[in-house]
Amino acid sequence: MNAHDADSEMQLVRTWADKPGLVGWLSTTDHKRVGRRYLVTAMVFFALAGLMALVMRTQLAFPDGKLLDPDRYNQFFSMHGSVMMFLFAVPVMTAMGVYLVPLMLGSRAISFPRLNAFGYYMFLFGGITIFVAFALDAGPEAGWTAYVPLSSSDYSPGHRSDIWSQMINFTEVAALCVAAEVATQFMVTRAPGMRLDRIPLFVWAQVVTAFMVMFAMPSVMVASQFLQSDRQFGTHFFNPGEGGDPLLWQHLFWFFGHPEVYIIFIPALGMISSIVQTFARRPIFGYTAMVVAMVSIGFLSFGLWVHHMFATGLPPLGNSFYTAASMLIAIPSGVQIFCWIATLWLGRPRFATPLLFVLGFFALFVIGGLSGVMLASVPVDTQVHDTYFVVAHLHYVLIGGAVFPLIGAFYYWFPKFTGRMLSERAGKLNFWVLFVGMNLTFFPMHWLGLAGMPRRIYTWPAGLGWEWANLVATIGSYVIALGVLMFVGNVAWSLWRGEPAGTNPWDAPELEWATSSPPPPWNFTRVPVVDGRTPLWSDTPHEGLPGLRSDKREMLLTSIARAQPQARWGCPDPSIWPFLSAVALTIQFVWTIFDPWGWVWASIPMAIAMTVWFWPKKSEPSME
Amino acid sequence: MKRTDEYNLAELPDYLFGAGSIGFWGGIAFMLIEGMGFVLAIGAYFYLMTYERAWPPGSPPPPLFWATTGLVLVLLSEIPNILTSRCAKRQDKAGVQLWIVVTALAGVVLIVVRAFEFHAFNVRWDQNAYGSINWALLIMHHADLVTDFYDTVVLAVMVFAKPVDGRKFSDVDDNAVFWHFIVVTWVLVYAIVYWVPRWV
Repeated sequence: MNAHDADSEMQLVRTWADKPGLVGWLSTTDHKRVGRRYLVTAMVFFALAGLMALVMRTQLAFPDGKLLDPDRYNQFFSMHGSVMMFLFAVPVMTAMGVYLVPLMLGSRAISFPRLNAFGYYMFLFGGITIFVAFALDAGPEAGWTAYVPLSSSDYSPGHRSDIWSQMINFTEVAALCVAAEVATQFMVTRAPGMRLDRIPLFVWAQVVTAFMVMFAMPSVMVASQFLQSDRQFGTHFFNPGEGGDPLLWQHLFWFFGHPEVYIIFIPALGMISSIVQTFARRPIFGYTAMVVAMVSIGFLSFGLWVHHMFATGLPPLGNSFYTAASMLIAIPSGVQIFCWIATLWLGRPRFATPLLFVLGFFALFVIGGLSGVMLASVPVDTQVHDTYFVVAHLHYVLIGGAVFPLIGAFYYWFPKFTGRMLSERAGKLNFWVLFVGMNLTFFPMHWLGLAGMPRRIYTWPAGLGWEWANLVATIGSYVIALGVLMFVGNVAWSLWRGEPAGTNPWDAPELEWATSSPPPPWNFTRVPVVDGRTPLWSDTPHEGLPGLRSDKREMLLTSIARAQPQARWGCPDPSIWPFLSAVALTIQFVWTIFDPWGWVWASIPMAIAMTVWFWPKKSEPSME
Repeated sequence: MKRTDEYNLAELPDYLFGAGSIGFWGGIAFMLIEGMGFVLAIGAYFYLMTYERAWPPGSPPPPLFWATTGLVLVLLSEIPNILTSRCAKRQDKAGVQLWIVVTALAGVVLIVVRAFEFHAFNVRWDQNAYGSINWALLIMHHADLVTDFYDTVVLAVMVFAKPVDGRKFSDVDDNAVFWHFIVVTWVLVYAIVYWVPRWV
């Protein structure tokens, strides 16, 4: 670093500093601070939903379990599914994008810093709302899919399903905010020289996910609004007596719900690509094929939703189409798997913990994929519909396909997040405990499903031959819990005593490793310049471009295709108003659960908060 | 074309119009999201239609007068909107001040006409699924109209009350794009709510 850079860094420290104290903490717009909060919050929700699963498995370990009564059990499995899908899986994946995408693109900030903070608070408040409701015995009770008529006011009186429906709105607002940020980031904030064919696969994965979120999430929002209005205003969207149709709910829900699986899975593909590339110590094999595969998975995932509805009596011709589409998606998924295997085969793999989790993913996801191909067949699906076979399948796909790569990604990027390494020894042990626990829990469920055990039952009688499999599954769930505890212990220990990481401990090739660990609030003092897909492995590294101001928060905008510098863009300062806007919208969402006039009256504070948020401040470029 | 490492970033402008700017893509994202909401609600409309022998079931098609008046006015509102956008691109502050106020006033008229349109609608939302889906489409669109109207009013106040630089002109231009979205979706919703029952 030369003297000029040192001066400029001192000024950058002042320019990009957050305000002190609680107000500063709530006002921050640093994507890394917000991203870390997202990750921690999502992991807390994961742990809570996991504990619920543990209670359910305890109940099901032996016949005639009586730990939970049927009503409470309904709330437990509804909360478990809803929290895992809406408050853990999607947010944790997008949170990785919030933290990493700007760094990987060589940008100083996220595209919409205040919107990002607002989205996080909406996610947090949505989670708190549903957990408070659960604690008050008003948790959701109609499953995470909330099928009508089960969730209609006839069968779900009170406010349990209204609260579920509003939780959807909270989390979708948050997810849509991140989607808009990531898509914009991808378009115009890439490092100079980072053409479309040089973008890291993790970023491609995040942008495909962002577009999927924009196309899929409105469906569940429309559906939940229809549900709420049927319950609150007496509309008839799902009432067959007045021209409505319960299956409309299923169409709208699964038009979101199936892409949702890929919204969770595609970011994991991006994580795997980064990990495989670094630990195989060679560029990823078949980059273009990988990008095309991810984009085609994104498209195909919108043509599969009806395979969740094979048992509803839809026309057989339509079913055949969805069977074919469901099998078709195995092709781009297979392309990815073979590209990773080729990368490992041609490289010099180093079997560190992140790569172990990726290898575990291969095994688990292939098993989940195979049972998926089985379920794509209408006769098989009709036989095992609503049984534990489906529970086994979806957990192999979601835990194997998303949670394993995610934990691998934590091991991989933890040094960047915190500046310290996680323990490798504990990490490897952690992997094996989770791998064994996962298989012990979910493999017997295939058999249970084939033996006829329905899902979502609160207890089961003796003498059906389900004893050993249920007991093994319950033992496995405690092993998983042990694995999660080991992970938490490793994180806690490493934060305290972990080996300092340095800038690039894995000798990784992507831009997030070009800056210190953890990165400074402005990410990069000089704007990185990119001349290939693996810039940090380049033989002719560029020292980066100076010229962005250090006395103002500025980021560089570049052209869409070739990433040529276009403009310096003033970033907004930290502000308390995104937080206050989220508080105002939370008041509106909660108010409207009980009184529709909340839509009118609570929009006044909302409008005021957002106006102040957008009102130009003295420090902004236009005010100079 | 310059080589990437030959750029002096300090010499670059600090604002952009259109597809190079951040605000533009944020607007596109929100239009995609809202647009998808309309696509799905319209899908639900045609889905529910297949369950009825007659459409509308048991009532005449909705009255046209106020809805058509609104349609004509919203199309006319494109004139001040386009002029606002052109003035913004020319960085003509006086022009922007004039035309954004006219656009905002057009918004007031449109909201009033909408109130009459709602009042004249001949089926209640709780009468049957036909009523429910029609009101859903109208209210979804109305929420967008009110949001963009409010946004336009705030921008209008801003261009009078605060200094206006290239960045603000770019914001005004992005808002004009969202107004196009309001107009296009108005035409779409009008065609479906008022003419599909007359064509089927």
